[in-house]
Amino acid sequence: MSVQIENDPDTHAEETGIWSWITTVDHKRIALMYFATSLIFFLIAGAQAILIRIQLFRPANDFLSAEVYNEFFTMHGTSMIFLVAMPMAVAFFNFVVPLQIGARDVAFPRLNALSYWIYLLGGLYLTSSFFFGAAPDRAWTGYANLTLPQFSPGLNMDFWLIGLSIVGISSIMGGVNFITTIINMRAPGMKLMRMPLFTWMTLVTSFLLVTAVPIISVALIFLGFDRIFGAAFFDPARGGDPVFWQHLFWLFGHPEVYILILPAFGAISDIIPTFSKKPLFGYPIVVYAGILIGFIGWGVWSHHMFTVGLGPFADSFFIAATMIIAIPTGVKIFNWLGTMWGGSIRFTTAMLFSVGLLAVFTIGGLSGIMHASAPVNLQQHDTYFVVAHFHYVIVGGTMMGLWAALYYWFPKAIGRYLDETLGKWHFWTTLIGLNLTFFPMHFAGLYGMPRRIFTYPEGLGLEIWNQLSTVGAVIFGLSGLIMTWNVIQSYRKGERAPADPWGASSLEWALPSPPHHYNFPNIPTVRSREPLWDEEERREVEGVTMAPPKAEPHMPNPSYWPFLLAASITLSWALVMTGIWWVIALGMIPTATCVFMWAFEPAFPEGAEH
Amino acid sequence: MSQAATMPIEERAPEPGLGIYNLKLGIWIFLLSEVMFFTALIGSYVILRFAHPDHFAAPGEVLNVPLTAVNTFILICSSVTMVKAYAAIEKDDQKGLKQWLLATIVLGSTFVGVQVYEYIHLVNDGFVPDAQAYVESGLAGGPLYSSTFYLMTGFHGVHVALGVGALIFILIKAMRGAYSSQRLGGVEGVGLYWHFVDLVWIVLFTIVYLI
Repeated sequence: MSVQIENDPDTHAEETGIWSWITTVDHKRIALMYFATSLIFFLIAGAQAILIRIQLFRPANDFLSAEVYNEFFTMHGTSMIFLVAMPMAVAFFNFVVPLQIGARDVAFPRLNALSYWIYLLGGLYLTSSFFFGAAPDRAWTGYANLTLPQFSPGLNMDFWLIGLSIVGISSIMGGVNFITTIINMRAPGMKLMRMPLFTWMTLVTSFLLVTAVPIISVALIFLGFDRIFGAAFFDPARGGDPVFWQHLFWLFGHPEVYILILPAFGAISDIIPTFSKKPLFGYPIVVYAGILIGFIGWGVWSHHMFTVGLGPFADSFFIAATMIIAIPTGVKIFNWLGTMWGGSIRFTTAMLFSVGLLAVFTIGGLSGIMHASAPVNLQQHDTYFVVAHFHYVIVGGTMMGLWAALYYWFPKAIGRYLDETLGKWHFWTTLIGLNLTFFPMHFAGLYGMPRRIFTYPEGLGLEIWNQLSTVGAVIFGLSGLIMTWNVIQSYRKGERAPADPWGASSLEWALPSPPHHYNFPNIPTVRSREPLWDEEERREVEGVTMAPPKAEPHMPNPSYWPFLLAASITLSWALVMTGIWWVIALGMIPTATCVFMWAFEPAFPEGAEH
Repeated sequence: MSQAATMPIEERAPEPGLGIYNLKLGIWIFLLSEVMFFTALIGSYVILRFAHPDHFAAPGEVLNVPLTAVNTFILICSSVTMVKAYAAIEKDDQKGLKQWLLATIVLGSTFVGVQVYEYIHLVNDGFVPDAQAYVESGLAGGPLYSSTFYLMTGFHGVHVALGVGALIFILIKAMRGAYSSQRLGGVEGVGLYWHFVDLVWIVLFTIVYLI
């Protein structure tokens, strides 16, 4: 049995066909689906950004109407954060973490599949609002009281609040799954302080997901009550409080920022040592800095609200906390520089993106410190300066880190390299495009151009900055197309990759590319932080991971319940839009049925043993 | 090894981990998420109540405190029966497990039933989340009171109802003989959730009904 598995050259696809993908609980396949889906949403939300930039190319332009413009910038922000950046990071969590810690799958494989299907269907539900002519149009922050029924009468914001509630379920379940996996399923000898940094940052991010997402769920429930059941949480005329929304939103929203950036930090903390041929400089400090960011990230939310007028005491607290959080981030930057210092550096595409992150993210970090100061913030609030800042950190940080991770782990996932020539084109168009798009926005903002305004009059000195931004956006859009083309082409006929194409140190590189569907034929024992960089340990580990399995590995059963449950959850939530209590109650029946059916289905084959 | 062979994979604690099996750890992490959920709800109630004291009535003015006090007692009893169920299966007492599970289900359902009864009465009195209707009903306080009340107690009630569903599932499996002193992860997991929901209610009852 085991010998046959060993000789099968294509063990990754032990079963093919659409049904095997719908019922899969394999974390590697789920990772691929996460990535493909987030890539499609990336192209959609990116196209919206290009249209926004075309509208802003000339003063008093009428390319887009104000209504359509509002829908585009709202959906651009909402999609990029909830449907692109977060799930694309989760794609890498899924693929990389079990391989890095020496596990055969995540702790709850069916729950993992459910997370993916909820994300996909919730994302489709949210995006489908365009076909009903009711795309969300009150910005991704959904500020009350613009979102109340009297100011937003259509279904637009109902789509938004219900769509985000659905996607939030997926995030919480993903967080639970990865925390359990990382804490409990490490290979023997893999102590916490021997875990690769990407796994570490997945752990911190997962804790943030589990604790921050429930808060926006509650905020969305309040908003839903206001909009659908006539309550008045945010309506000052009837005793509510619009600032209350801002507190809830940003109490989630600021930890969310670190949910977006920490996975990228984790990825480049693995990539930079590999391509510098040096262990990560100050490993424990990088870990502690990541944890510290996760903690302090909870105490800075009101720096989004300095213009509200919370008073000098509250403002001072949040100024201090915001400035303090720059310290662990800066420490990390120096650790990465220290890793490269004196190393023998190879500038592969993955490394270029990592170094690009260091440069570009730092610019965004510095402008962040600028508006951490309340008096400065009063000038910059809701101007393009802020737009420039958060695009520098999210595009220059999160997305550059994720592209680095893509070039780094693609050979492991697919067994083929991404094309390096196209990769370099991708990198340079990204670097030039994003700087040309977002750097002029600092000036547009300082000249007083407000965000979320669909046009501007002539003669305010804003033309040149907007024109530069639009040209940059087109170049940046081109980089996305190059990358997509590269992924499709390399997936089909890229150059074959060996087990360890980069000479990296962590466990996933001790497996064939792509790995067996059961990952590890036998579970290796780990004795150091860089098991593959020690000659003796490498021989030991590979003796175990490259050998045929000693016992047949018992893998979890495939199941169609995750897909059905996700579909019924989406349906149940969508029916809340009707606002009729018995329709909502009836709508819960399929969800309840699926949960029960799921519960009775055994997760593993009977009598299965590790 | 022989013991491990009888245990499902989710219930085995691997070596470098916390020494807690995956299912139990997963439930703990999920409960962490639930803590944040209820903290946001309860915190909102506290903030709104301090900011708008005119919207909230004195204890007992609108809500039926004695009825809910009895209901609270019922829910606390259900935590005791849940502990008894777990204790029974730890000693391989199949009959005891089923009896105590059934008792927990009955008590939990009673709690939900009483809550529904209370809701029907309150709605008839005009205690509704709709702001306009509340003002017209002439009740003390304002619509923020009813909105926060229904959200907090409602979401808690949904949690109890889901817990009853989970207990029914556990009972069905218990009748098929799925549990033993070596395989009791399901009972323990649902038990943890049940005690958590119970604990949340004690906080809710205190701040919504008594203070």
